[in-house]
Amino acid sequence: MNLYNNFFFVAFPYVAVIMFLIGTIYRYRATKFKYSSIASQFLETRRLYWGSVPFHWGIIFLFFGHLTAFLVPRYVLLWNQQPLRLAILEITAFVAGILTFLGLINLFYRRLSNPRIKKVTNYADIILEILLLTEIFFGLWVAYAYRWGSSWFAVVIAPYLKSIFEFNPQTDAIVMLPLVVQLHIIFAFLILLLIPFTRLVHLLVFPLSYLWRPYQKVIWNWNRKKIRNPKMGWTIHKPQNN
Amino acid sequence: MDVRSQTAMLFHLDKCIGCHTCSIACKNIWTDRKGAEYMWWNNVETKPGTGYPTKWENQSIYKGGWKKDGKENISLRGSGKFKGLLNIFHNPYLPVIDDYYEPWTYKYLDLIESPQGDDQPTAIPVSLLTGKPLDIKSGPNWDDDLSGTPEYARKDPNFENLSPAEQEAMFQLEKMAMFYLPRICNHCLNPACVASCPSGAIYKRGEDGVVLINQKVCRAWRMCVTACPYKKSYYNWGTGKSEKCILCYPRLEAGYAPACMHSCVGRIRYLGVLLYDADKIKDAASAPDNELIEKQLDLILDPFDENVIRMAKENGIADSTIFAAQTSPIYKFVKVWGIGLPLHAEYRTLPMLFYVAPLLPVMATLSTTDNATQAGKLDPIAKFWDKNHLYDTATESIWGTIEQARFPLQYLANMFGTGNEEMIKSVLKKQLAVRIHRRSITVGDIDKNLVAKALIDVGLTPKAADDIYYLTSLAKFDDRFNIPPAHREQALEMLENTGDLKGSNGFGFKEAPMRGM
Repeated sequence: MNLYNNFFFVAFPYVAVIMFLIGTIYRYRATKFKYSSIASQFLETRRLYWGSVPFHWGIIFLFFGHLTAFLVPRYVLLWNQQPLRLAILEITAFVAGILTFLGLINLFYRRLSNPRIKKVTNYADIILEILLLTEIFFGLWVAYAYRWGSSWFAVVIAPYLKSIFEFNPQTDAIVMLPLVVQLHIIFAFLILLLIPFTRLVHLLVFPLSYLWRPYQKVIWNWNRKKIRNPKMGWTIHKPQNN
Repeated sequence: MDVRSQTAMLFHLDKCIGCHTCSIACKNIWTDRKGAEYMWWNNVETKPGTGYPTKWENQSIYKGGWKKDGKENISLRGSGKFKGLLNIFHNPYLPVIDDYYEPWTYKYLDLIESPQGDDQPTAIPVSLLTGKPLDIKSGPNWDDDLSGTPEYARKDPNFENLSPAEQEAMFQLEKMAMFYLPRICNHCLNPACVASCPSGAIYKRGEDGVVLINQKVCRAWRMCVTACPYKKSYYNWGTGKSEKCILCYPRLEAGYAPACMHSCVGRIRYLGVLLYDADKIKDAASAPDNELIEKQLDLILDPFDENVIRMAKENGIADSTIFAAQTSPIYKFVKVWGIGLPLHAEYRTLPMLFYVAPLLPVMATLSTTDNATQAGKLDPIAKFWDKNHLYDTATESIWGTIEQARFPLQYLANMFGTGNEEMIKSVLKKQLAVRIHRRSITVGDIDKNLVAKALIDVGLTPKAADDIYYLTSLAKFDDRFNIPPAHREQALEMLENTGDLKGSNGFGFKEAPMRGM
C-alpha cells in the first residue's frame, strides 16, 4: 500500500509537473507551429455551439474554483461558515460541473459522428476527451457523494498540494480518502502530464495580451530610424520581428 | 506627418474579360494544398451576383469591417477585444465551409481501372473533405456570367437603395448587363484582420504594407475570418491556421509582379508605390460615410512635394522607393486623374486596392425605335437584334448615355462610392471624355468644340486624356508594374552584423554550426 501511495501521490505528481514544464516549453520553442487550438468550427458550427460553449465556460469556472481553494483555503472556509453561502457555492460549482460534462459529451459525440470532424480527429483527441470525461465524472461523483467538497478540499487537498510544491510531500491525509477522490487526483495529474502532447496546449496561450495591445500591428524588417550611415561603423540592432 | 510607403494596386474593370487566369495562377502557386483547396486568394466574381463566399458583402450576416460608434470612434463590427474574447469558444459570425463550397475532385482512376462492362465508366465527384461521393450543388463561380440569376444575381447585397423597378429592369433579357469583379486582399491601411487577431499573428509589413499572417503565432481563434469584410482571410481546416493573399511578396522582393497580375490576360492590373501619412489613418477611418473616400485619398501624399520627400527619407524610405512613388501608375489613376476608387470604402479598412469602375456595361443605352426597315434588309435567316430596340451610342448629347445608363448608377455607387452616385458619375464621365477625345483623333468624326467641351466638363487636359489612354490601352509591362527593389540586402545588415559572422557560417546553416548541444 505504501508503494502504491508513494507512486501515485508523490512520484507521479512530480513526474507530471516536470513533464508538463519541460514538454510545454520545449514544444513551444521547437514546434511553435503546432501550438494551436486547431478549431474545427469552420467544418461544423451548430453542434459545436452546444458543446464548446458550456464546456469551456464550465471548466474555466471549475478551474478557478479549484485554484482559489488551493491558494486561499482559509477564505473558502470563512465563506462556507454560513450554510446558505456554502449551499450557493456548492450548487453553482455542481451546475458548472454538469454543464462541463454535458458540453463535453456533445463535443465527443460531434467528433465521432460528423464525417468532416472525423477527418481532422487524431487518437490524442479521443484519448484526451475520454480522460476529461472520466475526470469530470469523478468530480461530479465526489461532489455528490462526499459533501461538502469545498470545505474538506481546503482542509485536506490544499495542504497536500501545497506540500508537493514545497518539496515536502505529505500524503497522510490523502491515503485516507475514498477511492473516487484519489482517482480524481490521479487523473488530474495525468491530464497535466498529457498537456504537452495534446491540443490542450492552447489553454497556455489564451490570448489575454490582446486586451492591452494596440489594435494595429506594423512590423519593420529593419529599424527605419536606424538606416545605416555609410560613414559610420557597424550598428548592431535586432528589430522585433519574431 | 509619418510617411510610409504602401504597395498599392489598381484593377481596371473595363478591361476585365473574366477569364479567371489570375485565379488559376494564384491557385497553382499558393493554395493547391490540403485544407486550402477551397481557398481562392484571388477570385473573379460576376456582378451583379452574390460572390464568394456567398453574400460576403452582407455585413449583417458576417459582421465584417469597422463600424462607427458616435462621432470619433470606430470599432470592429463582429470581433474586437471584448466581443472577440467573449466569442472565442464559438464565433457566431464565422462563415463555415459550406458558405464557400465543399471542395471536390473526381475519381479519374475509375475511368481506367473499371472492369469491363456494358456502360462507359464515369469519374464520379468525391469530396476533398471526407473522400465520400458528393452531389455537387454549387461551387466557385457557380454564378459566372449571370447564370442562375434568380438564385444569385437577384440576391446581390448591393441592391440597397435601388427601387424594385430598377432592380427588375436589370434583369430584363434585352437590358441585362454585368461586369467582372476580380478581388484579392486589399492590404488595407486600417486592416480589420490585424485588429481582430487575438494572438497578434497578423501584421502589416512596414516597408511595403503587405499584410501577412505569421503561421507560427496563429492559434486558430479564427476572428480574422469574421473581421475581414472582404472575406479574404481564409481558415485552413487542415493545419488549423488562417491564410491569406501575401501579394506574392517573395516575387515582389525579387522585383517580379505578383502571379495574378503577371498572368492577367486583359492587362487590367496595375501595381505601384503610394506614400501615405500614417498619422491621419485614424482620422480617415472614422470619417463620416460621405467623406470616407475623400479622406482616404487625402492620406495619399504627393511624392513630388519636397517636404514629403524629406520626411520619407527620415523614415528610412529608400530613394528608389520614392522614385517608384513618383512614377507609380496607381498614383496617376487615383490621385492625378481621380478615376480609381476603393471597393466598399464604408467598411472603413482603407483598402489599398483601387478599381476603375466599368464604363462599358453602363454606357450603351437601349432606345425604342422601329427597326423594321433595317431588319427587312437582312437575310431572313441572319440573326438580327430585336426590331423594337436599338443600342444607342450616339454622341449628340455628350453625357446622355451616362445620365440614362442602362445599369443603375446607384448599383455601382453602392460598390465603389459609398452610395454616392456623383462620385461614380464623375469617374465614368472622365472615361467617356477620354473616349470622345481619342475618337476625334483617330476617326475624326466628332466636332472639335464638342470634344473640348467634354474635356473641360470633366476637368481633363488633352494631354491628361492621352496619358489615361496610354496607361489604359497601350501600357507595357513596366508601365503597369512599378516595383522598387526591396533592399533586403540592407535589411540583412540591420538584422545581424555581417562583419562578425563572416567566416563563421557557411551556406545552409540556420543555426551556428557548433558541435554537440
